[in-house]
Amino acid sequence: MELTNFSIGEIHEGLLRKQFSAREITQAYLDKIAADNGKIFAYLKVTPELAMQQAKAIDERIMAGDKLPSLAGIPLAIKDNILVDGVTCTSASKILENYVAPYDATVIRKLKQQGAIILGKTNMDEFAMGSSTETSAFGVTHNPRDLECVPGGSSGGSAAAVAGNMCVAALGSDTGGSIRQPAFFCGVVGLKPTYGAVSRYGCTAYASSLDQIGPLAKTVEDAQTLFEAIAGADEMDSTSVDAKPAKGKENYTIGIPKEYFIKGIDPRIEAMLRVSFKEFEKRGHKIVEISLPHTEYALACYYIIATSEASANLARFDGIRYGYSAERDAAVDTKDLLSIYLQSRGRGFGPEVRRRIMLGTYVLSAGYYDAYYVRAQKVRTLIKQDFDKAFEVVDAIFTPTSPNLAFKIGENIDDPLTMYLQDIFTISINLAGVPAISVPVGQIGKLPVGVQVIGKPFQEAVLFDIARFLQQPLR
Amino acid sequence: MLSKEETEHIAKLARLGLSVEEIAKYQKDLSAILGYIDKLKEVDIEGVSPFTHSIKLDNVLRADIVVPRSEQATQKLIKEMPDTKDGYLKVRSIF
Repeated sequence: MELTNFSIGEIHEGLLRKQFSAREITQAYLDKIAADNGKIFAYLKVTPELAMQQAKAIDERIMAGDKLPSLAGIPLAIKDNILVDGVTCTSASKILENYVAPYDATVIRKLKQQGAIILGKTNMDEFAMGSSTETSAFGVTHNPRDLECVPGGSSGGSAAAVAGNMCVAALGSDTGGSIRQPAFFCGVVGLKPTYGAVSRYGCTAYASSLDQIGPLAKTVEDAQTLFEAIAGADEMDSTSVDAKPAKGKENYTIGIPKEYFIKGIDPRIEAMLRVSFKEFEKRGHKIVEISLPHTEYALACYYIIATSEASANLARFDGIRYGYSAERDAAVDTKDLLSIYLQSRGRGFGPEVRRRIMLGTYVLSAGYYDAYYVRAQKVRTLIKQDFDKAFEVVDAIFTPTSPNLAFKIGENIDDPLTMYLQDIFTISINLAGVPAISVPVGQIGKLPVGVQVIGKPFQEAVLFDIARFLQQPLR
Repeated sequence: MLSKEETEHIAKLARLGLSVEEIAKYQKDLSAILGYIDKLKEVDIEGVSPFTHSIKLDNVLRADIVVPRSEQATQKLIKEMPDTKDGYLKVRSIF
């Protein structure tokens, strides 16, 4: 019996029927990680003591005949920008290499309350800035479907851990596509919830008006279970709200935006998606062409807003409060306070993070604020209005998640603009604050293809309902 | 095209200590990205309000009271500080 290939529901059933214990299932995942993490490098840190201690507690509850929540005894992986009390939390940056989380993020507190098991912390692009997990300060993650390829990013470690059977499901974060694009590249399900659906307390901030925490899983059902466990208002994140659960429908009207099927998309991906859409239509749903006219401006808009917010958020890493400090580094000569700032930040941040801080600082600087930042926020309003208008007519929108299949490691890393184009189909969703899910529908050679389903705010339940029909899980 | 001086000025505003080679690299990178971002000038934004928040939220308020934390929680934070004295964060003189 292969213990590392079950869904959340199957493990839950297996634990209740005593087919295996929580310790056995946890040990099976730890063994799988020990065997495969060397070649995949999905995990930056494995937490076997924490995991086995949590598993033991679940086994005791089972023996006592307690009612088990759906995530009790389910081994999960956590992106390394989400705090787990007592465990290092690096955001894959040198500046936080030795930082030990002093508390649990709200999502972790909720998972622990359910009895979920934490296997470890996953690799990512440094501070979630990247689309390939290559900007990590600690090494490159390999795509389990093809080890020569990137897993996508920035939640590449989480996607690779799920696809490589090194966890049942995982948490990631998504600022411009960082859950959905790696889900597409690795052939798993990934949800970017509605802005405000999940608390970000304890998640290292990149761009606060865009960031959301969400699940990556093997199936839509698992993603839904994990999402429902972490969603809801939290007084520690004043942007989070309690949403009324949305109701599904018998027949949906789906919009296909013409701006997402343009030159530059891999024709094999388009052909596969068209087949998937036809299948969906045959089940009695309606598909119509729509227009989201400001789509082509989303990327430029995103890189102004995200970098502006990042330059402010990352100002806290100053060598004074916590993290790497040049003052404590014997190799660095710091003559005054300014030199501590300059040296700590210059040495602690990697090249992509510095690039984005520079860009954000520039567009916010005196004389440029109106020309860049204010203009971008106005264009963002137009992008949001595109979605509002579309959702007057349709229940959901289908697009490709990515214009291309997973690319080779090293292929795009020296060209920031080409790398930024990776996010072309995912960033409008963050700018508008709406939810979207990426679901695998097939593969070309070894590499997965997925569809992105975009929904109305707080209608994640509708996305899950639709995605269930579309999914062709690669297991 | 961003000048070398402008690039150095931004690095200083951002408190990033960069080498001469890095300044040259970011000068080139930022100029390319800014060239792409100029695309936004094509959009007619006449009469459009800047975006503020994607979901409608009223003011989120709480009582202005101190919530006591355990000594243990405080110690964990202090442990992460690069330099301390008597349980306080120690900073180099600013004058």
